[in-house]
Amino acid sequence: MKRTLIPLMVFVVLAGFLFAGLSLNPRNLPSPLVGKTIPQFHLTQLKNTEASFSNADLAGKVTLVNAWASWCITCRQEHELLMTVIKKNEVPIYGINYKDERADAMAYLQQLGDPYVMNGHDLNGRAGIEWGIIATPESFVVDKRGIIRYKVNGAITIETWTKTIEPLIAQLNKEPG
Amino acid sequence: MRLLPVTLLLLWLPIAHAVVENKDIMPSDFTSTEQKLRFKELIKDLRCTVCQNQNLADSHASLAIDLRHQILEMMQKGKSDQEIMDFLVARYGDFVLYNPPFKQSTYLLWAIPFVALFFALWLLVRLIMKRQQQQPSPAGANNQALADALRNAGQSTPEDKHKK
Repeated sequence: MKRTLIPLMVFVVLAGFLFAGLSLNPRNLPSPLVGKTIPQFHLTQLKNTEASFSNADLAGKVTLVNAWASWCITCRQEHELLMTVIKKNEVPIYGINYKDERADAMAYLQQLGDPYVMNGHDLNGRAGIEWGIIATPESFVVDKRGIIRYKVNGAITIETWTKTIEPLIAQLNKEPG
Repeated sequence: MRLLPVTLLLLWLPIAHAVVENKDIMPSDFTSTEQKLRFKELIKDLRCTVCQNQNLADSHASLAIDLRHQILEMMQKGKSDQEIMDFLVARYGDFVLYNPPFKQSTYLLWAIPFVALFFALWLLVRLIMKRQQQQPSPAGANNQALADALRNAGQSTPEDKHKK
């Protein structure tokens, strides 16, 4: 009796692991950058080619850094949310325009609206590598000391915004700079 | 109606084209054969984080091409393999390595195959010892049955010696 139960137990344990595996998203990789200081980067701005966007621009305030591109379909979906939340004036949004043609990116912002304080134009994706960007859109919540506190892979959903990002921003705003 | 799929394909074209092209590494980009071999060895053990089941050597993803450029540039600046891997791990995590490091979060990953092997060996040894303890062995009993059957048929086997 006991002996015949062993294969059944092995099966149940294995099935349990496989079932848990079904709901795991292999794309949702934990970023080693969370908890670390923002990487060094230096980009020319998208709209003003004379000016730059670098680490210094993110210093001393809570910010949301959003990597996007005009060729990225998911970014268009997320863009609606960014346009909505920017009206609440909770957090300034800075953009990294990832591997995009300047003209395409400008047309995108013209057409859909511009929620960004400024955008860095990362044509060759080098700043993207520094930020560990795998696929757009990706977003980072950065605190006053320039430490990445949270990262979203893929589009930010309304749920993620209200349940996680909004409370986090409120909390980070209370922290000393 | 047949125009619909064609139109859809044509619509895809500008999107497909919009992705910024980046020229891949050419053999002429290497300064020596030694460097080329080292580069090839290195990118074999690194994972493309976009197309997750391919390594950097095999992938044609735009990010993989960028990373190959990054790696070659770092090699040409005199960085060691370890420094290059550390650079990538710092940005993309251990996932970028095909050979995960042995640390707290990977104890189980590394230990399970060995634990399973020892468990299987232990089962095997136990089984063998159990078999040896059983006297007379089932195999002997079968031979006896066979011998009886053969004798009944008028034939002899070595087992018949003991009968006398």
